[in-house]
Amino acid sequence: MELLNHLALGFSVALTPINVMYALIGSLLGTLIGVLPGIGPVATIAMLLPTTYALQPVSALIMLAGIYYGAQYGGSTTSILINMPGETSSAVTCLDGHQMARNGEAGAALATAALASFFAGCVATVFIAAVSVPLSELALKFGPAEYFSLMVLGLIGAVVLAHGSLIKAIAMIVLGLLLGIVGTDVNSGVARFDFGIPELTDGIGVVSVAMGLFGFAEIITNLESQETRERLSSKVKGLWLTKAQFKAAWPAAVRGTGLGSFLGLLPGGGAMLASFASYAVEKKVAKDPSRFGKGAIQGVAGPEAANNAGAQTSFIPLLTLGIPENAVMAMMVGAMTIHNIQPGPQVMTSNPGLFWGLIASMWVGNLMLVVLNLPLIGIWIKLLTVPYRILYPAILLFCAIGVYTISNASFDVMQTAFFGFLGVLFLKLECEPAPLLLGFVLGPMMEENLRRAMLLSRGDPSVFVTRPLSAVMLAAAVLLIVVIALPNIRRRREEAFQEE
Amino acid sequence: MLRIRNPKDFWAGVLFALVGTAAIVLGSRYNLGTAARMGPGYFPRILGMLLIVLGGIIALRALKVDGPAIPPWRWWSTLMVLGSVVLFGLIVNTAGLALSTVVLIVLASSASSEFRWKESLVSGIFLAALAVGVFIVGLKLQLPIWPTFLHG
Repeated sequence: MELLNHLALGFSVALTPINVMYALIGSLLGTLIGVLPGIGPVATIAMLLPTTYALQPVSALIMLAGIYYGAQYGGSTTSILINMPGETSSAVTCLDGHQMARNGEAGAALATAALASFFAGCVATVFIAAVSVPLSELALKFGPAEYFSLMVLGLIGAVVLAHGSLIKAIAMIVLGLLLGIVGTDVNSGVARFDFGIPELTDGIGVVSVAMGLFGFAEIITNLESQETRERLSSKVKGLWLTKAQFKAAWPAAVRGTGLGSFLGLLPGGGAMLASFASYAVEKKVAKDPSRFGKGAIQGVAGPEAANNAGAQTSFIPLLTLGIPENAVMAMMVGAMTIHNIQPGPQVMTSNPGLFWGLIASMWVGNLMLVVLNLPLIGIWIKLLTVPYRILYPAILLFCAIGVYTISNASFDVMQTAFFGFLGVLFLKLECEPAPLLLGFVLGPMMEENLRRAMLLSRGDPSVFVTRPLSAVMLAAAVLLIVVIALPNIRRRREEAFQEE
Repeated sequence: MLRIRNPKDFWAGVLFALVGTAAIVLGSRYNLGTAARMGPGYFPRILGMLLIVLGGIIALRALKVDGPAIPPWRWWSTLMVLGSVVLFGLIVNTAGLALSTVVLIVLASSASSEFRWKESLVSGIFLAALAVGVFIVGLKLQLPIWPTFLHG
């Protein structure tokens, strides 16, 4: 059993005390920021990237991955207890989870969320391990033309499934690609768009872009819209399920896991899409759909399983193809690059300990989360009573220290502030920042593969459509755009995202 | 009569087109090369043209389809949040982490409409101790704790 051997290798790495510790730190931090509004996993990973310089690459990645799936656990806690999603991916959990809390079933809702997430986490870990080998073998056959087309498909897919205007999102990608190639061109040694600033010859730092667009901009817009928070409506007691509740919840959790695992694979997929889709499915298959919105346990179990499964399987395209499919994965690319690991199919063979260790750590992290999360709920609730006016300056401080210590340079801080300003501007103009970040990390790779493909074809651009795999991927990208542009589907897509 | 019906999209489109133009103008200094041997100017030129086309479509569409107005910008919040961070970056190496932290926290807090002087000062001092403990004692980052002039 090759799969078992791989997982055994993974666990031998993930279960070393130091890596268990980093998995714990990552998942706890993830839960914390999942609970706290106004800071998401992207900004948190950006904040912590500089502190991982000194770590072993595998420990660093284990910790950063923990932040992403930890946030799924934390986000559901606030959704259920105070009707406010800490993360967008747990927004649907508000609908029924908070109703359950109002009906005095807060404990059952929290337990359902935790158990469904854990179940999904276990399945997703095995799923990743099983799918990764064939996918990376396929990817090793890719030439530069295929890679270029794959990136086009990945980027287009990422914006099609995201919400907001499609054409603006595509423009944001192009803008990101352009920002990504700032700095010294590897082929000619020419410093591009450096404006005579020596720091820019190394390119723009991914930490600055992500922290500015996702961290600072979010804080500033939060300050502009004063929101009121609902206080905890009920005491949490009896963190367990009755037999009847368990019986009602588990099929939903299984369906959510399956759906989430699959949707996590798609570009632009991941936790948020998975949870929304799962809620819709549960409502469809329910015997009594009118229960939804009034505290249906399936409406918690399904989406919570789905978002955790989706969060984990969205690592698959990154680990096997080297293509990030959402903003968090873009940050993981940044983390790998900092540690001199080129994301792609070769990671599995050249660095098997890291590859399988990271996957196994997800299971370890999930186990710790389900054990620790329920007892810690009291602490998270306490934290939520800290007013935002005290919270956000502290978040800013940690961001500032994080970005300053990248290279002990005030330039990095100013650069981050600049992207913070841009981020606010984009939010005002309703331009999604996530596509820009994806384009930013893919920019240099895309240019390199375009150059190589065109060099091999002696300047003939038809290479992208005459090589079958490349042609299929480009056709799929075009098809996606056409399908989304059709008026009927466009309306449905808008409706689907309205429910947020 | 042309009228901007969707200000958000219109200005977003203009912004994209402007950046695209800038990329082409600034990038004209770099060697284009040929399609087979692309120089450093080739890919930026493609991206610049794409941005102009996309931005143009977005802006033109905004003249036909109605859309919401751009929400007002409270400059004070932006200025204080970003300003406090920039100032921190400028002074931390000379003023030390402890003092810079207090400055950042108080300045950043003033961005909120619920700003309270004393509360932010207390929070700043607490966070300064925490930051020194975590980053200098714990993670051993190379940052001074106190202003450099104090220990010459």
